[in-house]
Amino acid sequence: MRLRPNLLIGGTLLGFVVAVAATALVWTPYDPVRTNLRRRLVPPSNDYWLGTDEFGRDVASRLMEGAVTSLTVAASTVLVALALGMAMGLAGGFLRGWTDRILGAVNDTLLAFPGILLALGLLAVLGPSRWGIVLALGLAYAPSVARVVRGSVLSIREREFVEASRALGNSEGYTLLRHVLPHTAAPVIVLATSLFGWIILAESALSFLGLGVPPPAATWGNMLASARPFMDQAPLLSIAPGVMIATCLLGVNLLGDALRDLLDPRDCT
Amino acid sequence: MTPVLEVDRLSIAAGGRRVVEELCFGIAPGEALALVGESGSGKSATARAVIGLLPPGLAPDGGEVRFEGAALAANSAALRRLRGPGIGMVFQEPMTSLNPAHRIGAQMEEGLALHTSLSRTQRRDACIAMLERVGITDAASRLNAFPHEFSGGMRQRIMLASVMLLRPRLLIADEPTTALDTLTQAEVMDLMSGLAREHGTALLLITHDLGLVARYADRALVMQHGRAVEQGPAAPLLDHPREAYTRALVDALPRRGVARPTRPPSAPLIEARGLSVTYPKRGALFRRAEMFAAVDDVSLAIHPGEVVALVGGSGSGKTTLGRAMLRLVQSASGQLLFRGADMTRQSGPALLDFRLACQIVFQDPYSSLDPRMRVRDIVAEPLRLPAGMAMAERHRRADAMLDEVGLGGLGARFPHALSGGQRQRVAIARALVRDPAFVVADEAVSALDATVRKQVLALLRDQQRRRGFACLFVTHDLGVVEEIADRIVVMQGGRIVESGPRDAVLDTPAQEYTRALLAAALRRPGA
Repeated sequence: MRLRPNLLIGGTLLGFVVAVAATALVWTPYDPVRTNLRRRLVPPSNDYWLGTDEFGRDVASRLMEGAVTSLTVAASTVLVALALGMAMGLAGGFLRGWTDRILGAVNDTLLAFPGILLALGLLAVLGPSRWGIVLALGLAYAPSVARVVRGSVLSIREREFVEASRALGNSEGYTLLRHVLPHTAAPVIVLATSLFGWIILAESALSFLGLGVPPPAATWGNMLASARPFMDQAPLLSIAPGVMIATCLLGVNLLGDALRDLLDPRDCT
Repeated sequence: MTPVLEVDRLSIAAGGRRVVEELCFGIAPGEALALVGESGSGKSATARAVIGLLPPGLAPDGGEVRFEGAALAANSAALRRLRGPGIGMVFQEPMTSLNPAHRIGAQMEEGLALHTSLSRTQRRDACIAMLERVGITDAASRLNAFPHEFSGGMRQRIMLASVMLLRPRLLIADEPTTALDTLTQAEVMDLMSGLAREHGTALLLITHDLGLVARYADRALVMQHGRAVEQGPAAPLLDHPREAYTRALVDALPRRGVARPTRPPSAPLIEARGLSVTYPKRGALFRRAEMFAAVDDVSLAIHPGEVVALVGGSGSGKTTLGRAMLRLVQSASGQLLFRGADMTRQSGPALLDFRLACQIVFQDPYSSLDPRMRVRDIVAEPLRLPAGMAMAERHRRADAMLDEVGLGGLGARFPHALSGGQRQRVAIARALVRDPAFVVADEAVSALDATVRKQVLALLRDQQRRRGFACLFVTHDLGVVEEIADRIVVMQGGRIVESGPRDAVLDTPAQEYTRALLAAALRRPGA
């Protein structure tokens, strides 16, 4: 196999973010939630590598803590959206008929709301909590996954190897999982990587509205949101989480591309 | 007289490799030259080089092409002016060579508007006259139709009409009828050579089919691996080929095998009784769609070990009948009996037993194999059922089966790394690995080159003789079935119009339709 630059760069970037999060689980320079009002908005120094925020909390520690929260929230949300969306898309596309019509109607209704608005409504009911966000954003983004999966299933189910599988006596379930599901991988991976980005941004937007992961827990999103009023006094406060978000997204996207290429049998020989 | 086209030591390179090597030929005005060869012989590349439309990756690599004495430089403005009025081209795939977003009238007019000074009404009249000439009825109103409203054969006629409107001096036809069934193929070819003769147009016919050469070309040039193997007047070349490769091509034309002794009467293995399959017609928005019978009250019994050829043009319902006999499509009425048991509405274990005993080989080996599975896994998959065989044993059997079909050692490959013929062998291996009692071969060799077709056909026949399965061989080409069929069943419009022992149907066809199919079949010249 050739060495792929996508795999290398994407792996390095995401590896860095994951390493930061893993370190935060066992050690951070300071307690990320301890306030110190005498040392507010301190510029970077040997004591505080990235300075402190408006409550005197260490930015570096919060960034590390935020990596854990943001990664777990984004990854679990993507998983929820994929699980729901793929189940709906596979069922609708493969079974057709009434199943497809009903699922399609539900899907269209959900798609008619902007994702963030839907999540807002759900969160208003569920109350802001980490798993509430995962569920709400997962539900909000599942319809787009369902659409993509249904579309590719519709084209794949007409291919003759699916009919060949039926002629062999394979059950519908086996045919679906063995011969149809793998072919949805390419579009789903591309979608999942962009979903990852949207979700990190959506989480920060929800935090901004006070519906995100509740304070004092740190996420990149709520750090970015709370840094906004201090943009001219302490620009690093917003730049630091911004850089982390960008690094993470770039890593995920490049890795997603590499993964899609790796899964294509045309490149394996 | 100056030749219309002279190709002088033309070479074409793909990357560092030459796909056409110092090719020389000429075409006189009004002459028909056939460029014959199998896939990969460089014949299409040659045709495209002549008109300056080589696909990316291919580039001329020396030599000269002269049109009416003047050298053609690639991509020059002069060449662009010649495309249309000087050189016309008809492509292989009528389904994609017309733009689906435009009405056919607009597409036909394009060339006239570009290359002539005719007025709008004159152009329209010319289009109508030409459409009528190519046999499109009600031409004036059909100008407003879109390509999808026509069948493949009709589209190829329209394509031909729009090219011939400009009265080109040279017509290049690249496998113009390969995508059509035999009957339509014969009609379109007759039309093409007729039009060429009327207009004094020289014809460069690119084909892999020697049957077409015998009938429609004055001269032939046989190509292999980018080189000219043999060239000369068509009839002597086919009757007395000098080169081994030409002989192999001629030998690959179907020939009738020795009839097997008729078997003692036995109970039918599988039997359709009054079987009908219906599809909804495209209906209006709020009206219930009318039903259309693709298969209409058909009764057909196949006995153990018998090879039955099911022949008909496209739309005759033959493919649907084949699918219905495997219960891959559900019948609307009638009965399907397998070993005397009614299978029409069975489900669960009884249907599974039926599936275990029956198999199918599809026409297109490019879409019938899962591109994400390795060849060994594809062939081993049928052995999953009935449950109980260990994975190692399945793989061992799959490898043995692959050896049998001549693909030993290729088990670890993915389908895309195999040629069309090899893929069809994989499909055959998958169908036979479970030792079925009944196999439907749906146009199983129609997509293959002549020599490969002969080999795959021989493989099917040998396996049939060895394993003794009954086979329903669905095809549009009577020539193909001559070699292996015991019995021939002819379908037209969803009904069986003629059936009988092979020699009886071929030698003394009772129906007009069968005679037309026979006349259109590509057979060895003189045979």
